[in-house]
Amino acid sequence: MSERFVTRGFVGKRQDAGTAANRIPPGQHLVKDFPVLSAGPTPRTDLRRWSFRIEGLVKEPAQWTWDEFGKLPAQEFVKDISCVTKWTKLDTRWRGVSADVLLEHVELDGRARFVVAFSDGGYTTNLPLPDVINGQAFVAYEYDGKPLAPEHGGPARLVVPHLYFWKSAKWVRGLRLIERDEPGFWESLGYNNHGDPWKEERYSGD
Amino acid sequence: MESERDLMLDGNAAAGVLQEIFGEEMTTALTTCDECATVSQMAMLRVFSGGPGLVLRCPACEAVMVRIAQTPRGTFVDVRGVRQMRLPLPSIR
Ligand SMILES: [Zn+2]
Repeated sequence: MSERFVTRGFVGKRQDAGTAANRIPPGQHLVKDFPVLSAGPTPRTDLRRWSFRIEGLVKEPAQWTWDEFGKLPAQEFVKDISCVTKWTKLDTRWRGVSADVLLEHVELDGRARFVVAFSDGGYTTNLPLPDVINGQAFVAYEYDGKPLAPEHGGPARLVVPHLYFWKSAKWVRGLRLIERDEPGFWESLGYNNHGDPWKEERYSGD
Repeated sequence: MESERDLMLDGNAAAGVLQEIFGEEMTTALTTCDECATVSQMAMLRVFSGGPGLVLRCPACEAVMVRIAQTPRGTFVDVRGVRQMRLPLPSIR
């Protein structure tokens, strides 16, 4: 288990084939490019009209303009991502705001159990609240040191690297806290409600 | 913009899947968008494929009309965005 003590900065720079293979969830294959998959046309949101909102089961909703959002404490994170269409990409480098930072700005209603991420274009995805907190979810606006390209979800997308990438909603505009789970765009059409790649939670019933 | 064009296939790309589901050649079927009431042949719908499933959108307003996901437990079809569908005359049997 000595690997666990290797700092994050070393991981990814010194992968041999063996350890890289250990990072590919079952049924996945490695890609070097970054496939673009969308359920709809790429929205072109004017940044002057863009906002990010936390709403639902909170005492007072929180909302940020693009400029305000850019001033929130941000961090760089390097993560492996896996798409349910079976590709995995290692060491993707993002910059954005942790969901923990965003949720600090609201007082959660005790009934809040689930989160629905909603996006420009109408896409939604649902997540249990415990999968969103403790450094597991981010709203990212940079990829590989550059502003996040629209086809990859820019100006900002959710990134939840420990779940299949359909959970990482592109063009995300907010999070809604809810009490009873509401399956999102793919979750309501035969895809798994949770989507853990290591458990191969691809389809409902997996 | 290039990458977006790559994603969108002509509606005919979905023809095989639709035929499998409905048991008929569907590209000439007329669909009415529930959002804006535009009538389009299925072949004219905007198709987004390559993701978890197939999404067919209205060419006029881009609303989702049909969603199809093929999974090991069956094919899921959501047509709530279609107000009406007019199928072509059945072939002579
Ligand atoms: Zn329409």
